[in-house]
Amino acid sequence: EKTRSGFLDKISKTLVGKDKVDDEVLDDLEEVLITSDVGVKTTLEVIRRIEERVARDKYVSSSELQNILREEITDLLIENEPGRPAEFDADLSNKPHVIMVVGVNGVGKTTTIGKLSHMYKEAGKNVMLGAGDTFRAGAVEQLKIWSERAGVTLIQQGQGADPAAVAFDTVASAKSKGADVVLVDTAGRLHNRKALMSELGKIKRVMGKVVEGAPHEVLLVLDASTGQNAMQQAKAFTEVVDVTGLALTKLDGTAKGGIVIGISHEMSVPVKYIGVGEKIEDLQVFERAGFVNALFSRQSKDN
Amino acid sequence: MFEDLSTKLESAFKSVSGQARLSDINVAETVREIRRALLDADVNYEVARSLTSAVKEKALGQGGLASVTPGQQFTKIVYDELVSALGQEQEEITFSQVPPTVILIAGLQGSGKTTFSAKLAKWLKDQGKNPMLAAADVYRPAAVDQLRTLASDIDVPVHSIAEKDALRVAKEAVSEAKKAARDVLIIDTAGRMHVDEHMMDEVSRIRQTVNATEVLFVVDAMTGQDAVNTARQFNKQIDFDGVVLTKLDGDTRGGAAISIRNVVDKPIKFVSTGEKMDTISPFYPDRMAQRILGMGDVVTLVEKA
Ligand SMILES: Nc1nc2c(ncn2[C@@H]2O[C@H](COP(=O)(O)OP(=O)(O)OP(=O)(O)O)[C@@H](O)[C@H]2O)c(=O)[nH]1
Ligand SMILES: Nc1nc2c(ncn2[C@@H]2O[C@H](COP(=O)(O)OP(=O)(O)OP(=O)(O)O)[C@@H](O)[C@H]2O)c(=O)[nH]1
Ligand SMILES: [Mg+2]
Ligand SMILES: [Mg+2]
Repeated sequence: EKTRSGFLDKISKTLVGKDKVDDEVLDDLEEVLITSDVGVKTTLEVIRRIEERVARDKYVSSSELQNILREEITDLLIENEPGRPAEFDADLSNKPHVIMVVGVNGVGKTTTIGKLSHMYKEAGKNVMLGAGDTFRAGAVEQLKIWSERAGVTLIQQGQGADPAAVAFDTVASAKSKGADVVLVDTAGRLHNRKALMSELGKIKRVMGKVVEGAPHEVLLVLDASTGQNAMQQAKAFTEVVDVTGLALTKLDGTAKGGIVIGISHEMSVPVKYIGVGEKIEDLQVFERAGFVNALFSRQSKDN
Repeated sequence: MFEDLSTKLESAFKSVSGQARLSDINVAETVREIRRALLDADVNYEVARSLTSAVKEKALGQGGLASVTPGQQFTKIVYDELVSALGQEQEEITFSQVPPTVILIAGLQGSGKTTFSAKLAKWLKDQGKNPMLAAADVYRPAAVDQLRTLASDIDVPVHSIAEKDALRVAKEAVSEAKKAARDVLIIDTAGRMHVDEHMMDEVSRIRQTVNATEVLFVVDAMTGQDAVNTARQFNKQIDFDGVVLTKLDGDTRGGAAISIRNVVDKPIKFVSTGEKMDTISPFYPDRMAQRILGMGDVVTLVEKA
């Protein structure tokens, strides 16, 4: 049976002692990366880097080589900025620390907010949620259930309300009540919908009128099963609301979410969280090494 | 991204041969370019590989056509391959001889099942049918609320129960539909991962219990390489009759459509293009092929040649 760890052994064996990578090995590497949704462009970038390293440090040992491969890919994933910690118990320099959550339809925004509020609360933070998706049927009710599960306060004005007004209200209320963390949900929207995207810009701007610099984090949620279109999503959302972090959901399936490598690299934005299920505790702080290992360690075929 | 495959192919020809004629060398380069375009469009790796080798054979078999450039000729061959891979004919849903026709909706989390269930109800209603909905997602917070809100806008009744038992909702809904003389019952189910044995078992039990007339697998058109794994698993467990491609109002190429057709050989029956209730339409293979290739004029151009 063909497994990805088998592939790593193979690539190491073929590469050791050579100053050029054979085409067959490159084809295999390409297969692993492409089938993980890394995309052609980033895959070529990884291959270029590997070839350069092999040409430079020839006669490397097998274990060194595996590390090189991992390193080169890990390197593309940019690191978190100290000003915006992903850890839930970290000290936050803003009070309240306002996080706006955005993304296309159905990626997992509301669920991720539910999980995040639980994590922050567990870490001793006082959390407040804003039901900024006033559009989708059942969206407010869905977030309400999450707020109850997590035991945090929800600010809402019901379906059909002006989302910017909800965001304004939430941040104002958090400020007056001395909340530590505010998470504002927004309706899913496709990035090519101009009017909806500019509405998002407006939602963002009003928060800054209540608390200086808010939102301090704009989290773009991406679904791990999404292919190359995620790059367009990241670009369009960044243009309008300046995305500062990524959350990659649904990694509990077989999709690898490799597109975040190119996004992180090209747009200089860190991946902060991963979603691994539908339960409240199914969220983890992103870890680069673990993510890269997972690209290679899981089986590439299910036959 | 590639905007126009044909332009790219044209330059591939020029860069390789300096002259625009079909030869082994420029064919290899062109095939690589096509493969890359397919991968950029999210066509699965294996599927792209087999498609390109089919294209290569056809191209070499045809030789050069005097009236079109090799780039155009290639594009046409790729396009024809895609259309045939996507299924030439437009396929309808099947209705049961004895009402109600039971339509089961299944798929991954967030793919658009609930929205589509309501849209389908409206579509059928507009065609003179008398549909009913069943809320068999007993897990997602406010799933029933969501379906009820959508259903009330289109004025279609929903069957739901307070208890968290999806099988029972579905079963009861069938008798409800019979009692109320509803001719179509659409059952919305919870999103589930293809690797979640327990949840996959649930949906296959629902399928058997309600003796579904039509089972539709709902897929997000933005899906990447993993589309083959999910489609294969869902098909294995519930042997669906058709595919629904959602969120095609975005700018995704939608290569997943090809990947799915390739691994399961089931027709794509509907596409969904928005959040509003009237954004549903039948599937047209030719439009999809053009979309995947990001082209428009080349096909008509070559067709006339
Ligand atoms: N398996 C799995 N399911 C997830 C994960 N995150 C979210 N989901 C599910 O994905 C579906 C959509 O999640 P939501 O949180 O409603 O997504 P959203 O982005 O808020 O959707 P809209 O507001 O409609 O745009 C739900 O069924 C969630 O339970 C995850 O990490 N793993
Ligand atoms: N733009 C666009 N959005 C869509 C389309 N279909 C569904 N959506 C949106 O996608 C999100 C998820 O849709 P749902 O119908 O809730 O998806 P689901 O498969 O029922 O989700 P779960 O029940 O959580 O698995 C919602 O925000 C919908 O409004 C579509 O064709 N285009
Ligand atoms: Mg939501
Ligand atoms: Mg649903």
